[in-house]
Amino acid sequence: MSSPDAAQPLMSLWQSACYALQREWRLCCRQRSEWLQPLAFFIVVIALFPLGLSGDLAALRVFAPGIIWVAALLAVLLSLDRLFRDDYLDGVIEQWVLSPQPLVLSVTVKVMLHWCLNGCLLALISPLLGVMLGLSWQEVAVLACSLVPGSFVLAWIGAIGAALTVSLPRGGVLLSLLMLPLYVPVLIFGAGLVRMVALGLPWWPVMALLGGLMATALLMAPWVVAYALRLNISTQ
Amino acid sequence: MWHYLHQWASPKWFYQRSGRWLPWLAALTLLTLAVGSIWGLVIAPPDYQQHDSMRIMYVHVPTAILSESVYLLMALCSAVFLIWRIKLADMLASVMAPFGAAMAFLALFTGAVWGIPTWGTWWTWDARLTSMLVLLFLYLGVIALRGAFQQMLAGARAAGIIALVGLVNLPIIKYSVVWWNTLHQASSFSIAHKPAMPASMWLPLLVMIVGSYLFMVTLIMMRTRSEILRREAGMAWVKQLAQAPMSKEDAA
Repeated sequence: MSSPDAAQPLMSLWQSACYALQREWRLCCRQRSEWLQPLAFFIVVIALFPLGLSGDLAALRVFAPGIIWVAALLAVLLSLDRLFRDDYLDGVIEQWVLSPQPLVLSVTVKVMLHWCLNGCLLALISPLLGVMLGLSWQEVAVLACSLVPGSFVLAWIGAIGAALTVSLPRGGVLLSLLMLPLYVPVLIFGAGLVRMVALGLPWWPVMALLGGLMATALLMAPWVVAYALRLNISTQ
Repeated sequence: MWHYLHQWASPKWFYQRSGRWLPWLAALTLLTLAVGSIWGLVIAPPDYQQHDSMRIMYVHVPTAILSESVYLLMALCSAVFLIWRIKLADMLASVMAPFGAAMAFLALFTGAVWGIPTWGTWWTWDARLTSMLVLLFLYLGVIALRGAFQQMLAGARAAGIIALVGLVNLPIIKYSVVWWNTLHQASSFSIAHKPAMPASMWLPLLVMIVGSYLFMVTLIMMRTRSEILRREAGMAWVKQLAQAPMSKEDAA
């Protein structure tokens, strides 16, 4: 936002990014359930599959990549609904829009920290769950590596949806309808990657593709999210 | 040139112009679809493997092509609306979403009907089928998001964004038969290659495809006209139109 009296920003970009990071970090520390609950959800959903399918490790091993990826996807989705909602209700987002600091910066800091506490943690505990579902060590390593860029893309696509539906009273269900079709490519590549390792096929090209998606998401999504937030504020 | 293009962005101009073109377009659409369906469904020779069941191709292929084209068009209209804030582009996009959803559903439905005699199953988790289902959900998401907002402008912008984001799925649907070698047969039509079918079979298909594109243009034009009247109901020219007798409308 560039109003005439704010021609000179009060802080440099770097300073304001640090302040935004401090704020988000403090929020995360005080509301631990925010990022612990999706994690617990991830583990519980995966634990349900052996109960529902069968305890046979050989059979589970076939389904394991898909199970873990779908559970990760649902966990990310679960955490998205509140990504911007509390800030929106408190009026923080309105302040962001009005402040001389670029909205893209605040958005980027928020979503990146959200991803670190959500996607990265999912990737960190996924080896344990992979081994429990009978995957080999190599497959488990690739699974964890694929979840890092994968969850990054999921978080940013989801942030677009969360920003679009932030002013809607019952955005949660709509959010899942909007996001799940868009998550399909990541799911296909991510789960396919682990299957390729199991078949002994070269998996680097798909990994590179996920990395490319990650770079594209970082380049484009922050601006889309900022636009979506602004549209929810300006048409009140 | 620019003046001419700018005139098209005005709902009033669009309404008057399309009113003049619509009867011709509708007649041409009916003619093409009638010729195509009679040619394809009655005259064209039955397939040597699939016999008469392949005739559903003359409905299935056009609807599948349309559902993808309409999405692309809708995303383009959304981009035009978001960048240049042309109201008419959003009216077009809002009308295209339900039409595209209907086409995606029809493509899935006819595909299922075709699948029973030829594959022995009406549904399989094949790449093309699944991505088509995803396309249907994309359309439903766009429609739902637009409807969820109280203010029309916010809904229009939000729907535009999600339509543009959904574009990433389009190449996946398009190339799903090439990348994943599964049950669905590869595309039987392309501009660059000679078709593998005899001319007596692909010519009626071509006529049907042209006819359904005409159908798309006609239907979208008709629905955009009513959308214009709905949204511009307060405008002087619409009020005038409502008071004038019907014969004056064509002369306008």
